[in-house]
Amino acid sequence: MSASGSTRRLPLLAGYAALVFTFIYSPILVLIVYSFNRDGVGGFPPRNFTLNWYAQLFADSAIWDSVWNSLFVAAGAVAVALTLGLLAALALDRADFPGKGLFRRLVLLPLILPGIITGLSLLMFASIAGMQLSLTTVLLGHGTALISVATTEIFAGLQKIDRAQEEASLDLGATPWQTFWRITLPNLKLSLMAAGLLIFTLSMDEIAVTFFLIGRDNTLPLEIWGRLRRGITPEINAISTLIFAASVSLIVIWHRIRTRSIGSEAQQLLENPLEAE
Amino acid sequence: MYSRSYKSLVSAPPLLWVGLFLLVPYALMFAHSLWLVRDGVLLHQWTLENYRKLFTNYVYLEVLWRTAHIAASVMLCSILLSYPLAYYLSFRARARKELLYQLVIVPLWVSYLVRGYAWKTILGSDGVLNGFLQYLHITHGPVSFLLYSPFAVVLTLTHIYTPFVFLPVYASLEHIPRQLVEASHDLGAGPLATFCRVILPLSLPGLLAGATFAFVLSLGDFLAPLLVGGSSSTMIANIVQSLFGAAYDWPLGAAISVCILLLVIALLFLTERLEKRWAFK
Repeated sequence: MSASGSTRRLPLLAGYAALVFTFIYSPILVLIVYSFNRDGVGGFPPRNFTLNWYAQLFADSAIWDSVWNSLFVAAGAVAVALTLGLLAALALDRADFPGKGLFRRLVLLPLILPGIITGLSLLMFASIAGMQLSLTTVLLGHGTALISVATTEIFAGLQKIDRAQEEASLDLGATPWQTFWRITLPNLKLSLMAAGLLIFTLSMDEIAVTFFLIGRDNTLPLEIWGRLRRGITPEINAISTLIFAASVSLIVIWHRIRTRSIGSEAQQLLENPLEAE
Repeated sequence: MYSRSYKSLVSAPPLLWVGLFLLVPYALMFAHSLWLVRDGVLLHQWTLENYRKLFTNYVYLEVLWRTAHIAASVMLCSILLSYPLAYYLSFRARARKELLYQLVIVPLWVSYLVRGYAWKTILGSDGVLNGFLQYLHITHGPVSFLLYSPFAVVLTLTHIYTPFVFLPVYASLEHIPRQLVEASHDLGAGPLATFCRVILPLSLPGLLAGATFAFVLSLGDFLAPLLVGGSSSTMIANIVQSLFGAAYDWPLGAAISVCILLLVIALLFLTERLEKRWAFK
């Protein structure tokens, strides 16, 4: 980094970077500011600070019902995706079977495929299988689509495991089952936590797949979506602000755990999701 | 070191699950695209009629063209925003690097809906931006072309996918051995020549991965057009969505979905090949 070219200041580039940050953050900032604006969304400058929209939000039982629905779906999706993602990562890391390359691509496909394709194909599956659309179908959809996230996260964790520990355990007479519970799983603890947090956040926010699999009970994003058709109110700004705060907290914790478990260098989740090997 | 039974025990459940809930549904989508709806009833009759309709109807082709146009614009804008940012972080930001990096990736995972909604409140004719422009006396009445236009869709999707492009670009810039850059300087190349002949070529795989992300995800988006686009920016996925809803023609909708799916898979295949060719060894 000490080469002459690198030490030169590039004020133009720094300014451009600042502009991009402004572009990324200003809509969110506007959203938050107007959630405290008494006179509604729009108009400039915002004046008359109020917490009324939050008070209204906290009294809005339909919103809280949908929050509970979302929590149910997200908890189920975490369970499904973590279990299968863990097994899929172990299989990709340790087993050889015909069609392994195809399997890897198929598992990871929902990560890059537009949500509408995943949502619709599962809708057709549910219809042929005679399943009623409900929160369970949404849970199934989220769980299946997010196996991709679990697999890449846990696969990265597996790469960091010292296999000698497992070997030693087996040599010393532990069964494969004991070795799995006492060596493999504890070593993957951080990766599993990180993956779980990310899956939870993504499921809470998911809308494209949910759109096609939802029954009578709304998840939070779909409840908001429905209200947007009736018009904009600062109450939606208020709930959006809370969602934003919750997502950011979870993502920051996720990132911390992840840096501890697989190092800040390992970013392969989105770096190159289709070549996780 | 791992026994046969261990291997089959870890492989079988995900294989079965993925087969049942991903492969079978995709196959069902393909099967639907070869069926028919007559008088509101789904007929399990094999036909290529849906594909014929799709490729001979002017409306679908026009929407498909608009969709490709919007997706390409989003891809281009995201690259223009994220490449310089990634370059700045990787080569110039020094001590603040880690913090700035986190500042970019946090919004990546934050709610699509929240960000789309934010743009809706900003761009509307009595929205925040119009209020701001009138407050500064730049305009006197509300400017109404901001919301419900393809422009609004491109803006919103660019906002959403810029961090997606940033991440792989940044990662590939970080992986460039710094000695190569120094060597280039030592051999007398200026900053511009070093960028064009060393840094840019080595970051192409990351750029390609990010560009594919932005293009593919925009291509299949139906929420942004509904939220901020209006009828002038109907995209192909909106047609699919209405065929599965009010218009009730699942087979035709499935045929369009199959085309999107095949297009995406072809693009991914192409990207993978190109990345392998351009990869730094």
